[in-house]
Amino acid sequence: MIQILGISSQALFGQLLLGLINGAFYALLSLGLAVIFGMLNIVNFAHGALYMVGAFCAYFLLNWFGIGYWPALLIAPLVVGLFGVIIERTMLQRLAGLDHLYGLLLTFGVALIVQGVFQYQYGSSGLPYEIPDSLKGGRNLGFMYLPNYRAWVVIFSLVVCLATWYVIEKTKLGAYLRAATENPTIVRAFGVNVPLMITLTYGFGVALAALAGVLAAPINQVRPLMGADFIIVVFAVVVIGGMGSIMGSILTGFLLGLIEGLTKVFYPEASNTVVFVIMAIVLLIKPAGLFGRTA
Amino acid sequence: MRDVAQGPLLDLSGLEAWYGESHILHGVDMNVRRGEVVCLLGRNGAGKSTTLRSIMGIVGKRKGSVKFEGVETISMASDRIARLGLAFCPEERAIFSSLDVKENLLLPPQVKPGGLSLDQIFELFPNLKERLSSQGTKLSGGEQQMLAIGRILRTGAQLLLLDEPTEGLAPVIIQQIGVTIRKLKEQGFTILLVEQNFRFAATLADRYYVMEHGKIIDSFANSELEANMEKLHDYLGV
Repeated sequence: MIQILGISSQALFGQLLLGLINGAFYALLSLGLAVIFGMLNIVNFAHGALYMVGAFCAYFLLNWFGIGYWPALLIAPLVVGLFGVIIERTMLQRLAGLDHLYGLLLTFGVALIVQGVFQYQYGSSGLPYEIPDSLKGGRNLGFMYLPNYRAWVVIFSLVVCLATWYVIEKTKLGAYLRAATENPTIVRAFGVNVPLMITLTYGFGVALAALAGVLAAPINQVRPLMGADFIIVVFAVVVIGGMGSIMGSILTGFLLGLIEGLTKVFYPEASNTVVFVIMAIVLLIKPAGLFGRTA
Repeated sequence: MRDVAQGPLLDLSGLEAWYGESHILHGVDMNVRRGEVVCLLGRNGAGKSTTLRSIMGIVGKRKGSVKFEGVETISMASDRIARLGLAFCPEERAIFSSLDVKENLLLPPQVKPGGLSLDQIFELFPNLKERLSSQGTKLSGGEQQMLAIGRILRTGAQLLLLDEPTEGLAPVIIQQIGVTIRKLKEQGFTILLVEQNFRFAATLADRYYVMEHGKIIDSFANSELEANMEKLHDYLGV
């Protein structure tokens, strides 16, 4: 067996893969948060709850309607995205122009209500969700064993993140989004329906969270509090990456997942706190975050 | 329909506007006919910029009547107003820093057929062509002003609202912008211009309105300019 720094390659790369998977979820979630913050100026505390709803959506689709993983990957984000559109149209829209704090409190309230409803119905324990047949099993790469499903999660998340980056940075639609982030009044005075764009952006950001939820369902079980535990770390990731940058949130997500994985190998006691330690250091040295723009 | 075609392109009557609690416009009455260059004069704080912003529907609250081609727009949102064929070049220019020059130029959507092509815009502003991939806010003040005017020429809007296009610019650039506005007029654009620089305006405008305290207090044609010179100095405090 190959040894690296006194640790078996199986253990090292196994943890790195786990870190990469967590990193993929961090990236998907913090990307959604960054997109929403950019357009709506709202710190979306409901993000973790909507990630959980995405996972439950996949569970319901399978157990109530017999609809499997692949269609769920599309349907769950659509359903949750629609839910997000309703939240934005009925509640968040009324907070436009107010202090950040109002949006934060409102979305925090939404998160508590949504989580409460699911917890009341399903308790706190996890519900199982099977890995789809086509992604069962794995392959031995020599230095490590790579489960197919986990490889799929990493690659697919990366593709979704890069596609989102491309749309925002390189297309006409993205130019509208970036311009409206800077000066919504003028963009609207050019004839662009900015309120509609804001609503759809929130729906899209939330749909990304739901997509992460579906991807996570076969790995972590489907639990009402799966998002609540996760979202705190994701917010730390967002703070480290900085709110201003799309690519920043993607890179930081994957990077911190990897660092967390490495910490599990070399100093497991710190694995739960390493992200927060990094956050503290980054805040001291570069308060706007690694990729953030200072206002 | 004939009435509409012969009536003014833009017609304001009793227009009032507020920013939050402050009441800025107290009943503005004016009109702009098709093909004209009309200049709005007045001291700082008279309500000139607010008049343009109220026409676009980007003030807190407005009352009265703003008709474009006979269509009442007072209760419309600004994106719908723009789609009728109005375009606005704000005083602060509003060039987007997260967009490059080309993206800035292509940002405003086409609202009507018949806008200028990119090549025609580069003919008016050759500087822009060389800086297409620069970040929008890296341009000089004059180039930013050209970009701010250039980007609304593509949209097919017939009425251009220009808010102090010469503010803070070097004389050479002011001259270039004057030439451009004259060319735009020849091409059939209708222009409502807000200017502090009276000497600049005098070379372009067909008619003038003078504002004070959120109201129109006087108006005259360019041919009556000489006769009104003394009054005008008094109004503007120059």
